[in-house]
Amino acid sequence: MLNIGEDMNKFAKLLVIIFMFLNINNDSFAQNIDELLAALPSAKFSEKEVLVSKLGDLKTETSIKVLKSLEKGTLYFLRSSKKVIYADKTEEGYILTDILTSEIIGKVKKKKIKRISLNNKLRKFTRTIIAKSSLLSQKPHIRIHSAKVIFGSRSVELLPIINEALKKETNDKVKKQIEMTQARLWLLTEDKKLQEQSLDYFSNNTDPKVQSVINEFIQNLDTEKNDSNLLIYNKAISVVKKIESDIKFFKLIENLFFGLSLGSILFLASVGLAITFGVMGVINLAHGEMIMIGAYTTYVTQLAFPNLIEYSLMISLPFAFIVAGLVGIIIERGVIRYLYGRPLETLLATFGISLILQQLVRSIFSPINRPVITPNWMSGMFEIHPALSLSYGRLYIIIFSITVFVALLAILSKTHVGIQIRAVMQNRSMARAMGIKTGWIDSMTFGLGSGIAGIAGVALSQITNVGPNLGQNYIIDCFMVVVFGGVGNLWGTLTGAFLIGIGNKFLEPFSGAVLAKIITLIFVILFIQKRPRGMFALKGRASEINQ
Amino acid sequence: MMRSNFLSNLLKGDLRVKIFIYLLIFAGVIVPLLNLYTPEDNFLHLTDYHVALFGKYLTYGLLALSLDLIWGYCGILSLGHGAFFALGGYCMGMHLMREIGVRGVYGDPILPDFMVFLNWSELPLAWYGFDHLGYALFMVIFVPAFLAFVFGWFAFKSRVTGVYFSIITQAMTFALMLAFFQNNLGFGGNNGLTDFKDIMGFSLQDTTTKIFLFCSSVVALGLGFIVSNKFIKSHAGIVTTAVRDQEDRVRFLGYRVEYYKLSAFVVSAALAGVAGALYVPQVGIINPGEFAPLKSIEVVVWVALGGRGTLYGAIIGGILVNLAKSFFTVNFPEIWLFFLGGLFVLVTIFLPRGVIGLFADLIKYFKSKKLKTNE
Amino acid sequence: MNNSQFNTRRSILYVDGVTVDFDGFKALNGLSFIAVPNTIQAIVGPNGAGKTTFMDVVTGRTRPTQGRVIFKESIDLSRYDETAIVGLGIARKFQRPSIFPEHDVLKNLELAVFKRKDILNSFFFRKKNLNNKLLGDVANKIGLGSVINEKAGSLSHGQKQWLEIGMLLAQECEVLMLDEPVAGMTDEETKKTSSLLRDISKERTLIVIEHDIDFVDSLKCPVTVLNEGSVLAVGSMKELKKNKSVIDVYLGR
Repeated sequence: MLNIGEDMNKFAKLLVIIFMFLNINNDSFAQNIDELLAALPSAKFSEKEVLVSKLGDLKTETSIKVLKSLEKGTLYFLRSSKKVIYADKTEEGYILTDILTSEIIGKVKKKKIKRISLNNKLRKFTRTIIAKSSLLSQKPHIRIHSAKVIFGSRSVELLPIINEALKKETNDKVKKQIEMTQARLWLLTEDKKLQEQSLDYFSNNTDPKVQSVINEFIQNLDTEKNDSNLLIYNKAISVVKKIESDIKFFKLIENLFFGLSLGSILFLASVGLAITFGVMGVINLAHGEMIMIGAYTTYVTQLAFPNLIEYSLMISLPFAFIVAGLVGIIIERGVIRYLYGRPLETLLATFGISLILQQLVRSIFSPINRPVITPNWMSGMFEIHPALSLSYGRLYIIIFSITVFVALLAILSKTHVGIQIRAVMQNRSMARAMGIKTGWIDSMTFGLGSGIAGIAGVALSQITNVGPNLGQNYIIDCFMVVVFGGVGNLWGTLTGAFLIGIGNKFLEPFSGAVLAKIITLIFVILFIQKRPRGMFALKGRASEINQ
Repeated sequence: MMRSNFLSNLLKGDLRVKIFIYLLIFAGVIVPLLNLYTPEDNFLHLTDYHVALFGKYLTYGLLALSLDLIWGYCGILSLGHGAFFALGGYCMGMHLMREIGVRGVYGDPILPDFMVFLNWSELPLAWYGFDHLGYALFMVIFVPAFLAFVFGWFAFKSRVTGVYFSIITQAMTFALMLAFFQNNLGFGGNNGLTDFKDIMGFSLQDTTTKIFLFCSSVVALGLGFIVSNKFIKSHAGIVTTAVRDQEDRVRFLGYRVEYYKLSAFVVSAALAGVAGALYVPQVGIINPGEFAPLKSIEVVVWVALGGRGTLYGAIIGGILVNLAKSFFTVNFPEIWLFFLGGLFVLVTIFLPRGVIGLFADLIKYFKSKKLKTNE
Repeated sequence: MNNSQFNTRRSILYVDGVTVDFDGFKALNGLSFIAVPNTIQAIVGPNGAGKTTFMDVVTGRTRPTQGRVIFKESIDLSRYDETAIVGLGIARKFQRPSIFPEHDVLKNLELAVFKRKDILNSFFFRKKNLNNKLLGDVANKIGLGSVINEKAGSLSHGQKQWLEIGMLLAQECEVLMLDEPVAGMTDEETKKTSSLLRDISKERTLIVIEHDIDFVDSLKCPVTVLNEGSVLAVGSMKELKKNKSVIDVYLGR
């Protein structure tokens, strides 16, 4: 008895397949993924090739996912229903996921399902189709990702597809990545001309990711060194050297950037202290806690307005200024005023206040750090070169600190209060004789200094952990900046902060973060011996009498 | 008449010094007695823990004394004296670590446990010699004194004074703290040195050893006190005090002010080191946290509360504040920092001459009342 | 500058074209000055003329930007610091009486008279090493012999000033620089101070900065007028009172 049923089946399948084959290049007649999936379980390898091709043509995320799963070996079908599903092996069986809905269907034992198998040729083919499909995907990010993956693979057989994709590509970003992948693949060919082309490309587009690739290329060359190879060999070496020097250069710039960033933070944190010290001769050891208050204000703002995270920093700035400023004025009126003319006692009293403030925060909020969210516009990096990416957050803080500096200069030189403050700073008794209410100015100064510290706290909340010890971590640095930069001069504080920040960051690669900090401290201590009044101190005896 | 004479004498200071020494001797005798010869259920009994605790207080007293020497009498506010205390402590700690020998967890006769743990094969150069107690004791004095000498040389020669000086002492102790927290510096890293077994062959857990250490603390404090007093009364001491009050005048009288400051600073550092060295065996551990800036500033409030410029005032302040600290941290830990912070504020505003100053004012008050009633 | 009258006698202090420049502001501007042994020289001038800076330069507290100060014709003072200059023989009295209030008068003088001022000798100080005769003489000279055991803080303002002068005498320095010695004194005390200084000048050189014109007059000594960091005029009080530029400077302000 002939097995007519089977033959009918085969014939029908063959018809279907021929039919589909005829439609392979007909883009307008998009094949339904269900039909393709349905055909998979019983397809022979040659048939599977066609199916894979068609799945690739679909160019959807789902179809690519299916192909990837097939290549990985996680594409199965249920023996009972012939339905094709994803199956992930676990200890207790296989977890099945629906292909179209991505929902988990259930868990079965191995005997209920069968893998859709591949042979090597098919596997390679599938990979090619995956690449081709991804490279022509609608979404740019899939195209980039695919190009990156191919870059990292050794699939030189994909070169034709890459070439094709490059011709069709319109998006600049994707184009760049594909070019890179193309150049990389050229290195894997035997074609000397292509290799040269590749090296030229990498010479003009240095990228740290390429280093190992070219080094490997060089190593492979070594084994067959002859004259024609020598040229390429030298070229490759020079490319590697260029990449290295570019990396070094950009590392330098990066350190500079980090230094500027640290400097800007130090400036924001210290300028309030410089002002109070300059005007009143008072070292405020609670200054760090003003910064902490500013940081916690940001936290509270974000708690209070959870839907306005993107604006939370804007809202926090004035709040932090006011809250910290008020606390500063209270401290001045309540404590500092009584210790006028006794700087050492003031130092001790403010230390006591700092302890109280820290413990207050611990009791009200919690001894552990509080989470502060970074708004989207502050996160992310801005890439200048593959070897150099700068974070937006730090960039904005640098700009912000310069803004604060300019604003302070304006306040101190243009506003009435500012001029009075400067008068008191330069010659207190003279200022008083001219009718300036020095007591009131003291309070305003302390409020201003504390308020700025609060603002610094808002900035710091984006960079560091917000906890009761925040102030303690920065107070010594603030002192170093004030003492180094000189008292009574905003430019001194600015320069001092940036010099210390940059110096610290340039030391770090050599000595490590901790040692860099120690060296910076020692440097400032020694500097003070040479210039006890700091870099840009107020000159003349008047200011010394003030102290 | 005798009563007002007594009060006048009390105001004068010499009598107070005598009283203080007697009190110290009394404490030195009564504490061991209450530990050894009272039954355990008696409420007067002092456990071994108490003996060590009081010993610790006495070392704090010595530390306070050392700070008063340069702050109360020379006018230099050091906010880094904790560093000298810690350095002395580390020297003693290193000796005690060497004494552990094969009884450590890893059983290495030469290398302390933490070095074995770090896979080090030999003892760092800095540790050489610390197996001898004599050398260790010498270093206890030498290391802090040397640091004070170098630091003070640069600072005083450059006329760095007042608040600037205080700030850089903070920086000094902060830098040391950062350094000692590093594991590869070779001093135990953030765990410090601990698990000591014995000193001079006597187990640190024995009652007798604890009493011995306590009495050593009494003796050290007493000696420190007496020597400091002698110094203060000497011509050199008077010049030093004059430097505090009228530095320019002293300089223009022909005295090398920088050297006087330097000497006071170095001696003070050495005393602090000794205090640290006695602290460590009684407490059983030394870690880099002792270098923390907060610790150094705490010493200042001890001296300020007690009354600076009196020596015994500083010691009393040190003991009182630490008694309060022990009390609060056990019973109301949340309040301790509020209390300490408040103490700073209140003492500087209301008690500029400390408890002793208050005491002296009270005596003056009674004296004047006495005179009034006599009239 | 009237150099001629000094040519025949040796100078004990020669300030040679000293300029002190604080970042553009010239506190002293090419100032030249000569002091002859065992005389009083008075220095007057309006506020900000540079009188105190002058004293700072001579005593070593401020370095001259230009010029030099020669002591006893051979010693360049710019190479020494304050303490060394005191050791060389120049003493300074401050504007506000800088004595030690909680010590008695005798102790104050002892601190000054004690010769070996280094640390070690200080520690092993013995009263018998003191020059007690000198102490007594000084105490009497300044008129505080009777109050020698009183706390210096309880003295009157004038007495405190004399005590400080006494401390300078006890230092046995050849040159005494006095910054406004009669500031805050009563007329009675001022007169006494004038005769005290004239007495001292028989054996020492005194350089006196003052505002009190009558007092300066009573010293009967050469007067140097400073203005804006340099010497405006030199002469006796009588001559200067007639000097037009001097009058302008004093009245014009």
